[in-house]
Amino acid sequence: MSEPVSALGGTSFQGFATIREIGPLGMITLRAKGLKSLDKAIKAAVGTKVPAQRRIEVNGERACGWMSPDEYLLVLPYAEVAAALAAIARELAGEHHLAVDVSDARAIFRIEGAKATQVLQKLSPVDFATLEPGELRRSRAAQVAAAFWAQDGGYTLVCFRSVAGYVMGLLTHSAQPGSELD
Amino acid sequence: MLILECPYCGVKAEETELAPGYEAHLKRFGPGSSPEEFEDYMFARKNPKGVHFERWRHAYGCGKWFLAARCTATLEVFGTYPAQTSEPPADIIAKIQARRPDWQPDWKGTK
Amino acid sequence: MSTRLAKGGRLINRTAPVEFSFNGKRFKGFQGDTLAAGLLANDQLMVGRSFKYHRPRGIVASGPEEPNALVNLGKGSRLEPNQRTTTTELFDGLESTSQNHWPSLEFDVGVVNNYVARFLPAGFYYKTFMHPRPLWKHVFEPIIRQSAGLGKAPKDVDADRYEYAYEFCDVLVIGAGVAGLLAAKSAADAGARVILLEQAPTLGGRAPVDETEVDGTPVEAWLSAIEADLKARDNVTVRVRTCAIGVYDHGYVLADERVADHTPGDGRPKHRLWRIRTGRIISATGAIERPLSFYGNDIPGVMLASAMRDYVVNYAVSPGDRTVVVTNNDSAYRTALALKAAGLEVPAILDARDRATGALPEAARAAGIRVLTGKAIAKVKGGKRVTGVTVCAQAGEGSVQEEIACEAVAMSGGWSPVVHLWSHCGGKLTWDEGISAFTPDPTRPPLNHDGSALVAVVGAAAGCLSLANILAEFGAGSGKAAIRLPDASQTPDGSVAIPPVWVMPQGAPIAMRNKMWLDYQNDVKVSDVQLAAREGYRSVEHTKRYTTLGMATDQGKLSNINGLATLANALGEEIPQVGTTTFRPPYTPVTIGALAGESRGEIFQPLRRTPMHEAHEKSNAYFEPVGLWRRPYCFPRAGETHDQAVHREVVNTRQNLGLLDASTLGKIIVKGPDAGKFLDMLYTGVMSTLPVGKCRYGLMCNEQGFLSDDGVVARIDEDTWLCHTTSGGADRIHGWMEDWLQCEWWDWQVYTANVTEQYAQVAVVGPNARKLLQVLGGMDVSKEALPFMQWADGTLGGFPVRVYRISFSGELSYEIAVPASHGAAFWAACQEAGKSLGAMPYGTECLHVMRAEKGFIMIGDETDGTVIPQDLCLDWAISKKKADFLGKRGQERTYLASPDRWKLVGFETLDGSVVPDGSYIIADGVNANGQRNVQGRVTSTYYSPTLKRGIAMGLLKQGPNRMGEVVEFNTVTGGTVKARVRDTVFFDKDGEKQNV
Repeated sequence: MSEPVSALGGTSFQGFATIREIGPLGMITLRAKGLKSLDKAIKAAVGTKVPAQRRIEVNGERACGWMSPDEYLLVLPYAEVAAALAAIARELAGEHHLAVDVSDARAIFRIEGAKATQVLQKLSPVDFATLEPGELRRSRAAQVAAAFWAQDGGYTLVCFRSVAGYVMGLLTHSAQPGSELD
Repeated sequence: MLILECPYCGVKAEETELAPGYEAHLKRFGPGSSPEEFEDYMFARKNPKGVHFERWRHAYGCGKWFLAARCTATLEVFGTYPAQTSEPPADIIAKIQARRPDWQPDWKGTK
Repeated sequence: MSTRLAKGGRLINRTAPVEFSFNGKRFKGFQGDTLAAGLLANDQLMVGRSFKYHRPRGIVASGPEEPNALVNLGKGSRLEPNQRTTTTELFDGLESTSQNHWPSLEFDVGVVNNYVARFLPAGFYYKTFMHPRPLWKHVFEPIIRQSAGLGKAPKDVDADRYEYAYEFCDVLVIGAGVAGLLAAKSAADAGARVILLEQAPTLGGRAPVDETEVDGTPVEAWLSAIEADLKARDNVTVRVRTCAIGVYDHGYVLADERVADHTPGDGRPKHRLWRIRTGRIISATGAIERPLSFYGNDIPGVMLASAMRDYVVNYAVSPGDRTVVVTNNDSAYRTALALKAAGLEVPAILDARDRATGALPEAARAAGIRVLTGKAIAKVKGGKRVTGVTVCAQAGEGSVQEEIACEAVAMSGGWSPVVHLWSHCGGKLTWDEGISAFTPDPTRPPLNHDGSALVAVVGAAAGCLSLANILAEFGAGSGKAAIRLPDASQTPDGSVAIPPVWVMPQGAPIAMRNKMWLDYQNDVKVSDVQLAAREGYRSVEHTKRYTTLGMATDQGKLSNINGLATLANALGEEIPQVGTTTFRPPYTPVTIGALAGESRGEIFQPLRRTPMHEAHEKSNAYFEPVGLWRRPYCFPRAGETHDQAVHREVVNTRQNLGLLDASTLGKIIVKGPDAGKFLDMLYTGVMSTLPVGKCRYGLMCNEQGFLSDDGVVARIDEDTWLCHTTSGGADRIHGWMEDWLQCEWWDWQVYTANVTEQYAQVAVVGPNARKLLQVLGGMDVSKEALPFMQWADGTLGGFPVRVYRISFSGELSYEIAVPASHGAAFWAACQEAGKSLGAMPYGTECLHVMRAEKGFIMIGDETDGTVIPQDLCLDWAISKKKADFLGKRGQERTYLASPDRWKLVGFETLDGSVVPDGSYIIADGVNANGQRNVQGRVTSTYYSPTLKRGIAMGLLKQGPNRMGEVVEFNTVTGGTVKARVRDTVFFDKDGEKQNV
């Protein structure tokens, strides 16, 4: 079997901020609500607690983000998805839920540098001044859906795989040297 | 451009993050319903100048449908609330009546 | 002549000279100049010609309200038409050319219109070019097009970059004059996040030109201090060169920042469109001076009084050695004083009022300037520049009492508060008798989402025209504590009185009114508006469109009030009764580039690519858009046309093996205890009974019963189904499912997930399909192990796969899903393994031809939102047993059950040709409009390489009952094509090819 490849093969751009496509990264969409074993399932899958509304709990390479009242995004190493799905199935056996591998449906970018916020400020109708640490924001980047959160002095942005090229184009445009805000 | 607060995720979303779903609190009429009932369900939409209940989806966000009570003339928003209800909650009604004393409840379910 | 003064000029840097050109002539200016200032400094008085009469026109204003001095700026890929010289900052190498003249600015043929002006009255085009009709297209329109329009649209691709930026604040202050600065400071003091926008490059508004002191401090020192104070604060952002162009609902404001207009090519974005969301807006946008309507008020050298002192004070530009000032209010006296202070001559101030006793008139008298009250200009003398004025009594009909030689005229007809931003979102106006102007009505503000006032107006924009009262409103001044932001809009303070003077002189006869310009840019005169009134126009909105008053690029910033006052007088009504036209964004023109932002070229719109996209590009794929996806239409080889490529792909797939990238197919997982019940409501057929491991074709309808999507559903396990949708339909159908689950059946236990992009999907199609899978190896794909309409998980060539044995071509066919991260590798593996089996990639057109040969419908071809499944003879896919499904009630409507519905049949042309796309099937007779009656239409039509003839499907009235009948399709050339009605399955009727 071939090695999994990310949408853009790890491309990058150095502007007034650094843009890197990262991945492939393991991702699981978990849909569940009000289950007594949910905390155990998420703990078993990525080792975090259940995130509160709009939060993302980060545990090293693993994380769990709140996507909606009945949806969570689990982030983990690509190779561990099958084991995590098995763990969730075990913990939530008999309870109504849906856990599905979406690792390949996504593209992930890192936006880094002192002015990383400005790159996103040009694309998303989001008040970054009020975006709290550990807050996962779902919005749009120009014309496509995107989710992002502040992490390690920059931002991690997730979008759909098919528009990875478009999003890379947006981020590249926004990070052009000379186009800093202020 | 409107801002509506999504009652599910608490985001004050702007209109470009939302998808409109038109009139709220419609009662579905399926097989066995009369032509009049079906026509009313399918086609007879209110277009009030004033208080209106609408469906909105937080499309570029949590993906959930929610309902909004707002004034179509002044664009004042009286409140948003989850879609899992067949009529507006009492606190929304109270807010509307405080701002619009002459207004009478008029969603489809009240007929 | 106009020239540069030896000293002064608060905005120019005399140590930084710049060179620029106008119509090829090279001029010198200074850094800090506007282009208008630079032109005036070089005695370039005449800068353009008017729109209709091609009269010489000069610079009138000093800001964005300028109607005349528009130029083409730059060239080639940086050419911008209609740029206002008054807001264009001068830079070294700037190139500009004048507009709307032919062959040259100095000698213009169109000026003949000026001499036939009395034959070109208001509504001239409407009245004249109506008849005879045929002349319009070939005679009138070409002539009008040649002479119409201002600048020329650029032909080259814009070399610059543009971008958006989103910003949020509590209080947005628009305009950085004294009122705006105080508003920003007071809001910041209260702890608010504040953004202060100023359209000009510098702060201060009119104060540095018009005042000597603010609040007891010299004006420049006061401004420096407050600017430094604001910029030092963390909660304040100050943006210059940024014009708020529109106020929208719930505190949304667009502002256009001219980032690099004055530094072209420096790598920065040319403009940045700020999309600001604010809790509250303080509009401190000032006021614009109004012209006066007198004979020849458009001759170059006639200028707004405020603009003239701007040029003198800010840029050290003299408008001429001798200037006559004409006014109806005190503010113009400042111009006389400024000219005098600069050592220039003011032979007279003509004041239309009977008395002028304020501080400024007294100061003018004290300076030795001759002040004539009760006087008006009878006529401005001169052609391409002012040579003098004749004076008459304002109260009379224009008898000349005196002639005064001069080179310039400074006029002031009062001030119009800039109420645009107040009005954009519904703020109402009131007419203020004291200053003869519309001002914001504080009791009827535009509302925010919580019902509070969204906008408050302060300073001159509120009609508060005196500095002392502006300061008082903020609580500023000696002995006062901290300044505070007024709770509501300010109001005119009564300390400044401006009487109405709408025509000069009051009793001017028609010959004079014919040469009094209201709208300089669109050449609308007092006489035109009066004519419109005589012809029955009563609404200001209609009059505007009939006369074109205020419809030019300046949107009537100078002309509207004078125009509607003229209309009110002509109608014998009061101005408030006539009202204003609607203020709509943008406040000033915005380039398309700024509005487009980043959406250009590669990122014009999101382009969705499958994991195999790059491989397709290498295979010379010709792409077509399917929604936002790009899918290969065909894979032409060297020398092949697209048709030839499609034919080869069809023949090869039917004879050997074809490979299709089917990744775009929608894939939605539906899971839960109630998933079966839910799918039974969603589809017309029954999905709950589908056994695990099997596939079933299903149709989805909207509530009206019309077909909306189709696809194959696979039962994955006891409570999980996978629904395939059309390529363009995945997001829509997923949203549709969530709508019903969230808003109607919220107690049903069902979860959905759109996993379309998780998988790359390859359709392996043709007689050699199974062989290819066997070459890859890893799982049993025999007829027995994997029969038609079943699926299985396994591995192929080492890839984890899910194989669906389904067919959209009538061939032996497998659709194989692999994780998208492996899609490109799997596609390559299939091509490699298929080499000896005759494998070729095929595109969407081949797919379409093959499905049409088999009579399979395509959503969007056979359906158009008015077609029910029964029209397509798909009754077999509609459950008769189910009590309910989405669309069932809709389909029971009587007209949908009519036997006269157009229904799907196949067609074979008698001559073997291909029925033209979009053809209708004609019927006898004509309808009420004299058009041929029709009885059906084609929905799919192709050349079948398999059958070597044209085949078609279409909807025909009572179609299935008319097998064998010959009907006629119309063609675009007016002829018809005869075709025989037949069934829709043109090829392999018994399905022998797919069941092997």
